[in-house]
Amino acid sequence: MKNKKKLSDSNLLLLITIVIFFAMYIGAILFLKGGFLRPQAFLNILNSNAALIILACGMSLVMITGGIDISLGGQMALISMCCAVYLDEMGGNIFVSILIALAIGMAFGGVIGFLVAYLDIQPFIVSLAGMFFARGMTTIVRTAPFNVANEAFTKLKNTRIIVPGLGSVNRKGIYVDAYIEIGVIVALLVVVLMFILLKWTKLGRAFYAVGGNKQSALMLGINVKRTKFLAHLLCGLLAGIGGYVLFMIRGSGSVANGSGFEMDAIASSIIGGTLLTGGVGNIIGTLFGVLSLSTIQNIVSSAGFDEAWWIGITTAGMLCLFLVIQSIVMSRKKSS
Amino acid sequence: MSDTKKKTDAAGLLTRLVRNQIFIPLAALLLLVIVNLIAGPSFFKISLGTNNAGNMILSGYPITILDFGSELAILAIGMTLVTAASGGQDISVGAAMAIAGSVILRVLCGNAGSHPETMQAPIIVAFLIGCVVAMLFGAFNGILVAYFHIQPMVATLILYTAGRSIAAWINNNELPIISEPEFGYFGGFIPGIPIPTPIFIAAACMIVMALVLKFTTLGLYTQSVGINEKSARLNGLNPTFIKFLSFVILGLCVAVAGFIKVSRLSTINYSVIAKDIEMDAILAVALGGNALSGGKFSMVASILGAYVIQFLTQTLYRFKVSSDALPAYKAVVVIVLVVASAPTVREKLSSMWKSRKAHTKEVG
Repeated sequence: MKNKKKLSDSNLLLLITIVIFFAMYIGAILFLKGGFLRPQAFLNILNSNAALIILACGMSLVMITGGIDISLGGQMALISMCCAVYLDEMGGNIFVSILIALAIGMAFGGVIGFLVAYLDIQPFIVSLAGMFFARGMTTIVRTAPFNVANEAFTKLKNTRIIVPGLGSVNRKGIYVDAYIEIGVIVALLVVVLMFILLKWTKLGRAFYAVGGNKQSALMLGINVKRTKFLAHLLCGLLAGIGGYVLFMIRGSGSVANGSGFEMDAIASSIIGGTLLTGGVGNIIGTLFGVLSLSTIQNIVSSAGFDEAWWIGITTAGMLCLFLVIQSIVMSRKKSS
Repeated sequence: MSDTKKKTDAAGLLTRLVRNQIFIPLAALLLLVIVNLIAGPSFFKISLGTNNAGNMILSGYPITILDFGSELAILAIGMTLVTAASGGQDISVGAAMAIAGSVILRVLCGNAGSHPETMQAPIIVAFLIGCVVAMLFGAFNGILVAYFHIQPMVATLILYTAGRSIAAWINNNELPIISEPEFGYFGGFIPGIPIPTPIFIAAACMIVMALVLKFTTLGLYTQSVGINEKSARLNGLNPTFIKFLSFVILGLCVAVAGFIKVSRLSTINYSVIAKDIEMDAILAVALGGNALSGGKFSMVASILGAYVIQFLTQTLYRFKVSSDALPAYKAVVVIVLVVASAPTVREKLSSMWKSRKAHTKEVG
């Protein structure tokens, strides 16, 4: 009985996600032979989603405390645009550009966190305004997209890390090494750090406590406002890192950078078993959420539905499915 | 003696006015009018001229504001109900407008390709089908919110993500163009009438809503569900259905607004049409002084709020703000607004006010 109850919230949702991910991936290998078998296919999913993984970690943190932040995509656009202008037109160096990215992210996180935590304003409204502000500011900086021509940056951008033992032989019979980009290392590092933070630190446990029940968290002596503020600040920091990783992947400053990322990040977190109501969530689940989401998008596009609109529709369908599962799990929990 | 009484009366009137919900949008409107008057009163000039089609029309910024504010005002009607009933907002209205517009154009094009010579179906049929589809999507949101208890903003996130994709899919990503002038009447001018048609459509929607609120219990039920769902249920209401209904009504509003929008353009651009209008609609409700957490609402204040936002947009255009940068300025307005209306800030301000008053009394 006790075991069953333990399985009924966090772990059950996590389990569903992991099972669905493996089922989809194995299904893809079996039915769509188009390259899913090669390890590089999997690594490519990581390569192209490094930024999303980082962003989704930040989103999960905020969602665990019971908030939400939909301004992340806009922040990424602003960050990549500012860094692009700095590197391209001012010929700045890379370390300063990274600092710029982190500063912008943390400024957004700090302001949103302050408004949400200390002034008790609905996080959705605040971050909606944040999103429009970031998008508007991006167009004020530059409207037309442009590529960055900065030697050091291009070098960093094209750095590839060879993964030994996972290469494959291509059609011409030449052995091709499997590789990942720097962003993936950053993303995995973030996942590990966030996992440790949530699992074993006082702050991480406070996030869960605040999201689960504000009143009892307060009675436990947790500074609820400060905890919420820190969650948003941390999320902003991660948005800064994620924005820079996205900038490294795209290599350009564009208004369209990071469009729809907030939705993907929320969808990934939800698919990964983070509850919207707060208090429940897991970074590992979030990682699998991102992987599931992008796997299903890959499957849909390689199954012949390659028009642009299918991606939006699949993402929404997936989000809808998991929201309904969550809702059912929650109502079951309530009734039991 | 009578002098002091008069004074308190005046003060009472002032506080009553300030306390009234409609005060916030009115004050904002007044502020905008003053700003525009200072910048040059030509802003308020209305002139009668002829347009390209040779019709006598009224033109001028005030007319433009009323004209282009129509969609927003119509959306604000539905959004107010959704906000009041569910305590959340629908962020998919822009995407749903794209869907409604796409459906209307699809029906009008029929099988005659994307640039038909004549419309393949009567406009009214296309409009009604658009209404049904938009109401179905509203119902989808409503089911998620009311029956599955998902937060409204997150539930509508699904349609927000998928909506424009669905709209493109309906028309196979082609951009249909309706060249017949009759279709343009609904977003432009009917020959012989110098006032833009959207103003009439918006007025009709408002009258219908006013009658519904006056003669049915919709308003009362919506408020009671929004204020306390549990006690509403104990009083024999069905909160689930009322929430659901509010989303369906919003769907209808979305269809009307989408119809005006496509009629204005005679075509559609899926990724741009009605972009960011959800923000404006939510802002209209907030500016109208309605609590975004649900409960009591004032329809008049919301509609007034919608026009004030259109006024703000027009004012920003006047000061040469590009349309891409507009969201940044509006976001600042939203933040100022929500901060000013946040309970904690209000408490602090009022306590500061009180202590100051007490202080002056002591001194006096």
